[in-house]
Amino acid sequence: METFALLLQGLAVAAQPINLLYALVGVTLGTAVGVLPGIGPATTVALLLPVTYKLDPAGSLIMFAGIYYGGMYGGSTTSILLNTPGESASIVTALEGNKMAKAGRGGPALATAAIGSFVAGLIATIALAFLAPWVVKFALAFGPREYFALMVLAFVTVSAAFGDSALRGLTSLFIGLTLGIIGIDLQTGQARMSFGIPDLLDGVEVTTLAVAMFAIGETLFVAAQGKRAPETVEPVRGSLWMSATDWARSWKPWLRGTAIGFPIGAMPAGGAEIGTFFSYAVEKKLSRHPEEFGNGAIEGVAGPEAANNASAAGTLVPLLTLGLPTSATAAIMLAGFQQYGLQPGPLLFTSNPQLVWGLIASLLIANLMLIVLNLPLIGLWVKLLTIPKPWLYAGILLFATLGTIGANPSVFELGMLLVFGLLGYGLRLFHFPIAPVVVGLILGPMAEQQLRRALAISQGDVMVLFTSPISATLLIAAALALIVPAILRARGKGQVLAEVAADGD
Amino acid sequence: MKHLLATAMLAGALALPAAAFAADYSIMAPAAPGGGWDQTARSLQESFTTEGVSGNVQVVNVPGAGGTIGLAQFAQEANGDPTKLMVGGYVMVGAILTNKSPVTLDAVTPIARLTGEYEVIVVPAASDIQTLADLVTKLKADPGAVSWAGGSAGGTDHITAGLFAKTVGVDPKLVNYVAFSGGGEALAAVLGNQVTVGISGYGEFQSQVEAGALRVIGVSAPEKVAIINGPTFKEGGVDLVVQNWRGVWAGPDLTAEQVAAVSADIEKMVNSAAWKTTLETKGWNNTYLAGDAFKTQLAAEITATEAILKDIGLVQ
Repeated sequence: METFALLLQGLAVAAQPINLLYALVGVTLGTAVGVLPGIGPATTVALLLPVTYKLDPAGSLIMFAGIYYGGMYGGSTTSILLNTPGESASIVTALEGNKMAKAGRGGPALATAAIGSFVAGLIATIALAFLAPWVVKFALAFGPREYFALMVLAFVTVSAAFGDSALRGLTSLFIGLTLGIIGIDLQTGQARMSFGIPDLLDGVEVTTLAVAMFAIGETLFVAAQGKRAPETVEPVRGSLWMSATDWARSWKPWLRGTAIGFPIGAMPAGGAEIGTFFSYAVEKKLSRHPEEFGNGAIEGVAGPEAANNASAAGTLVPLLTLGLPTSATAAIMLAGFQQYGLQPGPLLFTSNPQLVWGLIASLLIANLMLIVLNLPLIGLWVKLLTIPKPWLYAGILLFATLGTIGANPSVFELGMLLVFGLLGYGLRLFHFPIAPVVVGLILGPMAEQQLRRALAISQGDVMVLFTSPISATLLIAAALALIVPAILRARGKGQVLAEVAADGD
Repeated sequence: MKHLLATAMLAGALALPAAAFAADYSIMAPAAPGGGWDQTARSLQESFTTEGVSGNVQVVNVPGAGGTIGLAQFAQEANGDPTKLMVGGYVMVGAILTNKSPVTLDAVTPIARLTGEYEVIVVPAASDIQTLADLVTKLKADPGAVSWAGGSAGGTDHITAGLFAKTVGVDPKLVNYVAFSGGGEALAAVLGNQVTVGISGYGEFQSQVEAGALRVIGVSAPEKVAIINGPTFKEGGVDLVVQNWRGVWAGPDLTAEQVAAVSADIEKMVNSAAWKTTLETKGWNNTYLAGDAFKTQLAAEITATEAILKDIGLVQ
């Protein structure tokens, strides 16, 4: 009950007009930078840090929180409308969301993303307030071996969820895994597959690859088809708003996405993307319309969008309770705390309760503000789709290029954008799914590092992977996910086998 | 909503040539926002402007590869341009060696060392390791059984672990160092009892030490540090001092007058009240060392670092 009283006090702090103004500035800026690929919330907060030095701590942290939530939210808009993920956590949203937008259902896609983000943000923020100490205990139980097991599970479920052909999906995944090897190896400091090119030392940037694969690849694909391309883009078909069926199909994914995203976000090595992958895989598995996946299933937007917002709240759990930043934005918010001589950690809740609760309360307000700001704008956003194709795609190219250079002003980065764009075009041409490439780039290096850490700690004993109850459970789940469908197929119950056979490659 | 879109694109367009516009100083942080170099660059920016040393200061982030990517870019862009500065430090010295970077610190002009942070070794509160002597005993008995969590390979944390082993007579190659992508992730591994000890800058562990979840068993400082509740390495019987220092460089091919002008500005900044406040809030030591003294120190540091990285086996 004490928590509740503190939260109410926090709401009183956050509801002061000046703090509301900071929250408004934060969410607006956050949405704007989330929209632009490459420029993320981390950079924005870093740029604003010196500006906010003169503000009071509560005001500036409230603004940062607004930017963080706004960024998570803004990334989905471009994913859905332009197939250009603004942030790596919105990659999955592009899969179904853009298909929906092209079928004239951009309105419902944006709405389910907005409401899903709101619902997830609301629940996750409340969970942050009430459950933080327990969640963090669970998260700390994850060591390298548990993370590795989690990655294995992610590989199995995710690669099965993307595309129809297992072979094509795996091929794409392995392209991503190969790209993930490039760069300096964290454990030894040695450069791998960088061929003496300094720009490759730090590996391939996820957003560069994602933007290239999705936006550039698609632009090239559309351009190559020229006049032969069927005019498939319908700006609006049916209602701009979500129908009763949309609601019925969205609410469960919102809740499941929240339940998946929040704990994964709270893990020190979790990250926002992994929750979205899991959420997508789960929704596809549970959907009554699995055939719609890949063609614009609303569940595939609702779940991952809820998951990425919930994980944004999740990353605040270790930040506030342990002083442990788990994302770039959290790291800068930590610097923000330190700027005021505050040390986030177990003592912050007792030493500065007004500030912590003010921040949590302002997250609730930022969340509400986002939905109030964004829902009425959906009608305007979808008008983007009425722009004639040549202009639209030229705009996308400009947008993707600007974002990439803005984030990393280097000619080489631009070259990579184009090369990966060509790769994306090639994959599209031969019907290989795009998403597993990006998934491989994100998960591959994580899985490798965690496995090597686990083995280093155990001094090479592989059994260590199975002796932890958590990792054993995750590995068994992964094995089941791999074996059960195979058995079902062998008994002739799945159509997938038929498709694999039909593909013949 | 096109308006917002236009604003966002404008922001992107402005971010792009920002470095090209006339700025009194442009400071490169060769790392992503949030880390030590970024914080140093932004603190410089703040002190410069509040003290009126320079009216307009830009910070440019060029992340990657222990700062060597930024260094290569800086050596090229800042050639003969006295308005460009770069932040760097001990980690960059190590990264240049491990990455075999084609561009080294010889290519730029050292201006001054500014700050320093001591390394600490911590254990979970429940650990059976009570003192530094306990750790040394364990390490000598079976070096592989002691896992060390710290930042990336070849960085200050790794070097300190290697030097520690060498000082107590254990082959640094045998040190079971587990690299995490930063002190924060290493902290989680220590808290979760995944590793034997954690090693990083005190700032990474401070809040957990104060809360009693971690115990400091050794500090790499020459003498007791007021804010850190734990013995120095020396007090614990290990004769070793390490400091993760950071400093500032200017571009290559500057005239003596230009170097003198930049150095004067830095000195003015170091003596300012704003900078002193920054050092205090961030918990950084003032290690200001300028001119030839810094150059000599830097050369010695590079030789020593190369030797220990060879011992660890990261450099052939």
